Amino acid sequence: MVPMNWSLALPEIVLAVCGLLILLGGVIPRKETFFPVSMAVIGALVITAVLVLGQGEGTAFVGQYVADGFSSFAKVLILLGAALSLVLALDFNEKSGLARFEYSVLLLFATLGMMVMVSANDLMSVYIGLELLSLSLYVIAAFDRDNPRSAEAGLKYFVLGALASGLLLYGASLVYGFAGTTNFDRLADALSGQPSTGVVVGLVFVLAGLAFKISAVPFHMWTPDVYEGAPTPVTAFFATAPKVAAITLLMHVLIGPFGDMAAQWGQVVWLISAGSMILGGFAAIGQRNIKRLMAYSSIGHVGYALMGLAVVNDVGFRGVLVYMAIYVVMSLGTFAVLIAMRRQGRALEEVDDLAGLGRTDPGMALWMAVFMFSMAGIPPLAGFFGKLYVFLAAVQAGYWTLAIIGILTSVIASYYYLRIVKVMYFDAASEGALDARPASLTVVMAGTGLLTLLFFLFPAALIGAAQVAVAALAG
Amino acid sequence: MNAAGFPILSLVTFLPLAGAFIILMVRGEEEVVARNARWTALWTSLITLALSLILWARFDQSSAEFQFVERATWLPEYGVAYHMGVDGISVLFVLLSTLLTPLCILASWESVQTRVREYMVAFLVLESMMVGMFCALDFVVFYIFFEAVLIPMFLIIGVWGGARRVYAAFKFFLYTLAGSLLMLLAILAVWYHVGTTDIPTLMTTAFPPAMQFWLFLAFLVSFAVKVPMWPVHTWLPDAHVEAPTAGSVILAGVLLKMGAYGFLRFSLPMLPIASAEFAPLIFALSVVAVVYTSLVALAQEDMKKLIAYSSVAHMGIVTLGIFTFTQQGLSGALFTMLAHGVVSGALFLCVGVLYDRVHSREIARYGGIAKVMPAYALVLMLFTMASVALPGTANFPGELLVIVGAFKVNPWVALGAATGMILGAAYMLYLYRRVAFGKITRDDLRSLLDLSPREYATFAPLILLTLWMGVYPSSFLNFFEASVANLVARHEAALGAARLAGM
Repeated sequence: MVPMNWSLALPEIVLAVCGLLILLGGVIPRKETFFPVSMAVIGALVITAVLVLGQGEGTAFVGQYVADGFSSFAKVLILLGAALSLVLALDFNEKSGLARFEYSVLLLFATLGMMVMVSANDLMSVYIGLELLSLSLYVIAAFDRDNPRSAEAGLKYFVLGALASGLLLYGASLVYGFAGTTNFDRLADALSGQPSTGVVVGLVFVLAGLAFKISAVPFHMWTPDVYEGAPTPVTAFFATAPKVAAITLLMHVLIGPFGDMAAQWGQVVWLISAGSMILGGFAAIGQRNIKRLMAYSSIGHVGYALMGLAVVNDVGFRGVLVYMAIYVVMSLGTFAVLIAMRRQGRALEEVDDLAGLGRTDPGMALWMAVFMFSMAGIPPLAGFFGKLYVFLAAVQAGYWTLAIIGILTSVIASYYYLRIVKVMYFDAASEGALDARPASLTVVMAGTGLLTLLFFLFPAALIGAAQVAVAALAG
Repeated sequence: MNAAGFPILSLVTFLPLAGAFIILMVRGEEEVVARNARWTALWTSLITLALSLILWARFDQSSAEFQFVERATWLPEYGVAYHMGVDGISVLFVLLSTLLTPLCILASWESVQTRVREYMVAFLVLESMMVGMFCALDFVVFYIFFEAVLIPMFLIIGVWGGARRVYAAFKFFLYTLAGSLLMLLAILAVWYHVGTTDIPTLMTTAFPPAMQFWLFLAFLVSFAVKVPMWPVHTWLPDAHVEAPTAGSVILAGVLLKMGAYGFLRFSLPMLPIASAEFAPLIFALSVVAVVYTSLVALAQEDMKKLIAYSSVAHMGIVTLGIFTFTQQGLSGALFTMLAHGVVSGALFLCVGVLYDRVHSREIARYGGIAKVMPAYALVLMLFTMASVALPGTANFPGELLVIVGAFKVNPWVALGAATGMILGAAYMLYLYRRVAFGKITRDDLRSLLDLSPREYATFAPLILLTLWMGVYPSSFLNFFEASVANLVARHEAALGAARLAGM
């Protein structure tokens, strides 16, 4: 009898049970329960994070499931992203008429799906986690159902997401057909030596399915429309937690079972990375809508993170994790600012709506400037360190072309980040001040802003954690 | 432990940041905030200046070693540490930065009326980054300071600048960023090759010649943009013209020195073979810069643009001196950098004085100023003469040494540099004649007031320094003599070793 090791999945089990209880608690009262339910969900996410940190290591459910330093790193980041993006939604949803408790519960189940994804040690459990995530995301993308753009975003994400799931499933079945197993450990054994063409084709399909989730070129088409159409807190969620989950899953799949095929997938990731960086650099220049701009910017950031994966060495893998952690913090801060953009109760989405913010709201303008300079990768802000580690990995591995593409695109990208700073500080305010913002947004802004600003004081903490995580993955 | 007994370099570096933080905390009426911000900024920068004078007093001039060294672990497993220290090459630039900042704050006392708080914060942050850059003895720390300078400068040009400020700010930022990111790649290559980014260690590392070639090229792009060397100088006139007066002063006084400092600190000691190989190219670019930008300056209608082009010409003399690899050339280059920092800073302040009164930088707008503002005309004349390198003023010893150094290496290069000096006399005197002499043609000029006490206070230290540097250059040359001699000796040794290996 193989031990099931239930306890290793304790955080997920607790989160799932909490989710069901909260769902019941939300349905039974007659009045709207968005706020208490959200608080309960945030509490559940925090408890789960504590459990993740105190968790043991090993495989559970007959090798279907793995808990180690790598999955813990990813889970903590996912939980952080999910909890903070729910905090961002608190006030926004009230004001936009979206204060329905299903929102928070769906977000919880999406988070559960992500945790299953990063802990999956079998293509089957990968798929289960991915679908739990995707189904929840389809619904919350369309959560503002009376708004045609939100409905369009949900539908578009659903159609393309279903296609991506199909690709992934097809790839997984090809891999199963040629290797005879779906378990990661046994796949690694089966795939050592010269891989058959069928496995390589399967690998490419799996890669395509996952590249869709991280919105890397050429599977990025949905990103601008969904980012723009979905309610802004949903966009904040899309931009953070699922990206971390998908990219860590990608790392897990590629480095684990397909580790011996690095020569094959390295080239593919190289192309995806270069393409994403280039598109992220150029396509955002012409954007007027700031959510669309952030969509292209996130495509670019994924490109930089993938650079660390493309070079196939430990420094690079560490770089991916560091980059994603910093990216999540910067993005949450940026979205806190975007959500605070309201004038006379109306949500604003144009870059030009920020005009004169440096005068009308110096505090918020300062944080936004910090996030923008950080995303542009200017030291001493956190974003610079993220870029530093992936570039270091690229240079070590001798990937000069990729590094130079990265350098050039980050100069180009810095143009549109600077444009936002320019609009805030150089332009005169066209209309009056923004509405007073709730304390929840200020807290998120200041918290993430301070982390971004002062990261240089304690870089060793994050890098050490990433090192432990990568050691677990490679060992 | 260092000679001062306490971490003086960190203190000088981060004290302005503390001042900026205090200013940010000030709340209340806009008037009160503005007044508090001005005084806090002034006092912070004055205390920083006073502290940095300890460096002047305690610096051991006979030693080529790094002094006042501080070290703290930062990223031990990556071989990166917080390592600060100064040697003869950098110590005077720290002082130049701490001197110019309070003068800039004084110069902006009345001319900046909008967003005073943010302005002062930007200047203090800028000071902090400049000082940190000259003190850094770790390549990554250096890069962080080097690059962080862009943020406050971008805002200073963009928020408080002239009509085309947005264009100028973006051009400045993107040009410099493109250059320095290439340097970042070079730093990463060095990091990977040696396993540490400690500058003193890197200086004693011998890099393979092929690698030196590429590294030099990457450094060249970055530093050439900063210097700026022809043909990547075009951002400078735009930035200067649009920046507020104090921004121009810092830009010309300190930021332009960062490129030349980079050559001295990194290219020469770390990459001696590539430096020697590239010297003819640098000579060519420098001579073109000197002659071409001097001719361009002659045709300018805008005072700031004219001085900006003259800066490019002076920096051409500096790069020329650096790549002679002789004691005279290098000392002359360093001296010219200091002198240019003082003199061109002062010239921009002079333009600022007129601009504050008339709100025009157009040369044709003026004429006969000497009649209504005699004291000002005298000050302007002093700095004009200094810019022309009249003996007895700051620029003379440096430029003379560079030409002597260049003559040893290649007489034709020396001839090019000398031509620049002649042209320099032409455009500066032409400028002075058109502004100060002649008939007063515009009525509003008749009522101009001469220098105010605040302006006297701003100019006094610069006048003193200009004369001091001209009359008794040894008190400055002594600072870098030992470091330069060490640099030259090591350069020759490295070339000798390479030649032996080649045989």
